[in-house]
Amino acid sequence: MNAAHKQGLRPDLAVIADNVAPRASVLDVGCGDGTLMQALRDGQGCATRGMELDGPNVGACVAKGLSVIQGDADRDLAFYPDKSVDYAILSQTLQTTMRPDVVLEELLRIGRKAFVSFPNFAHWRVRTSLLWNGRMPVTRLLPVAWYETPNIHHLTINDFRALLRERGITVEGQWFLSGDTRCSAAAANFRAEHAVFLLARG
Amino acid sequence: MAPAQPIPTQNRVLDLDMPLFLDGGQSLACPRIAYETCGTLNAARDNAIFICHALTGDHYVVSNHPKTGKPGWWVRMVGPGKPIDTDRYFVICANVIGSCMGSTGPASLSPDGQPWGMRFPVITIRDMVKGHIAVLDALGIDALHAVVGGSMGGMQALSLAANFPERTRAVLVLASTARHSAQNIAFHEVGRQAIMADPEWRDGDYYAFGKGPEKGLSVARMAAHITYLSEAGLTEKFGRRLQNREEKTFGFDADFQIESYLRYQGLSFTDRFDANSYLYITRAMDYFDLAEEHGGLLANAFARSKARYCLVSFDTDWLYPTAESRNVVHALNAAGHPVSFVELSAPFGHDSFLLDVPALDRVVQGFLG
Repeated sequence: MNAAHKQGLRPDLAVIADNVAPRASVLDVGCGDGTLMQALRDGQGCATRGMELDGPNVGACVAKGLSVIQGDADRDLAFYPDKSVDYAILSQTLQTTMRPDVVLEELLRIGRKAFVSFPNFAHWRVRTSLLWNGRMPVTRLLPVAWYETPNIHHLTINDFRALLRERGITVEGQWFLSGDTRCSAAAANFRAEHAVFLLARG
Repeated sequence: MAPAQPIPTQNRVLDLDMPLFLDGGQSLACPRIAYETCGTLNAARDNAIFICHALTGDHYVVSNHPKTGKPGWWVRMVGPGKPIDTDRYFVICANVIGSCMGSTGPASLSPDGQPWGMRFPVITIRDMVKGHIAVLDALGIDALHAVVGGSMGGMQALSLAANFPERTRAVLVLASTARHSAQNIAFHEVGRQAIMADPEWRDGDYYAFGKGPEKGLSVARMAAHITYLSEAGLTEKFGRRLQNREEKTFGFDADFQIESYLRYQGLSFTDRFDANSYLYITRAMDYFDLAEEHGGLLANAFARSKARYCLVSFDTDWLYPTAESRNVVHALNAAGHPVSFVELSAPFGHDSFLLDVPALDRVVQGFLG
């Protein structure tokens, strides 16, 4: 990938961009202002499409010449045909959906493979905050108080792995981030703030 | 504000030397199509954008309206440096057949030398599009950079993409729908009945009398005008305020500002629009159901298309609400087309696509590239 197109990408998005095959077709669910789509399109010639809930963000995407529809991952993924893209991407959005398990199944129906990234609720900082203060943690990756957070389904890396096992979903790649740097898979559920998984139907 | 420098446009007519075959089974022998162009067609003939106008619109998209003297209906969107940039694109807008602003319609003379009146054949949105295609043929344009339309113009844009898929590379549809709902048809029927109940309508043969069903047409416009605005917009603009008076008169004069406004809108409309055209064009819209034309499945309508699509709806538009645009978006997704969709927030109801909505400008400019 052309490094220039990757500059300034959020670390989890950079991981995803590094591992998407050139010229692949991509559906970015919860694509925000289209930063990742733009990097994939301009840097590695991907055919990108996006879905985003927030109207001004969709407007920003269309203004960049990206194909993005305003929609809700919980409701509007049903209208995409089976295996219509190489990769379905869900970054930092799983924990905000009404039914993360259904959304996950939809990603793997629409995409041949799926990238899913999420903040890890079992990171040691979260654990200590809960242990010592007895309060819902407010951290760098979870900056909003419990009553107004969009993150309605907090999960840990181990929770996610358990769901994958239960649904027979194969892990083809996994990356862990602490701060903005990669960390090893060892004790990831304790040490990683953030996880990125590449998944396929088993 | 200083008057803007007039933008150079060309207003032309195309007299077809062959019949236009209509969906209803009839044909128009040698129809005339009036159109306006703005900008320059490049040597490759690939920088043309076709704009489709709405129900009571016309091809005076940029130049001043010949009857009202008002600026073109989309000068805020189309022109040099505007979102639809005539420094880069060759913009075409044609008056739909059935209309009364230069293209053949019920007020035109039929082959027997008399106005068509109600003998004019019933037309469809697709028939209007056939007229547009004739203009493209005459201009030697194989494929458009984009077809753009709001409201009924959006229906034409969708119909063009579905029926003439090789003729456009992009489709931009604003505040529109792929089919007329029962509610849409109902409002149109109120308007048509108002026209036909006016004794001056004379079964459509009013042209020789120097006076048409102006009261009926005016009521039709009043009813329709309400559907173009939002409840909140009406409340903000008029509320329950009285018109040039301190108290209610306990009569049926236009006591309220909203009454006075609607009466003015209705009356001024009759100066520029033909009542029979209103009947025919509303009928064409009511008959529009793009899925029905393609075996009942909307995705099938776009099966042969290779275009990029962008649909925009407005949160206060209750005439063609967001759900109608979503319906089209889902069909395009199912057909695997690159499609963008956004619901913009604007206070003006259905008319938002014509008014000052900066977010719309950015979307239009971004999509057209």
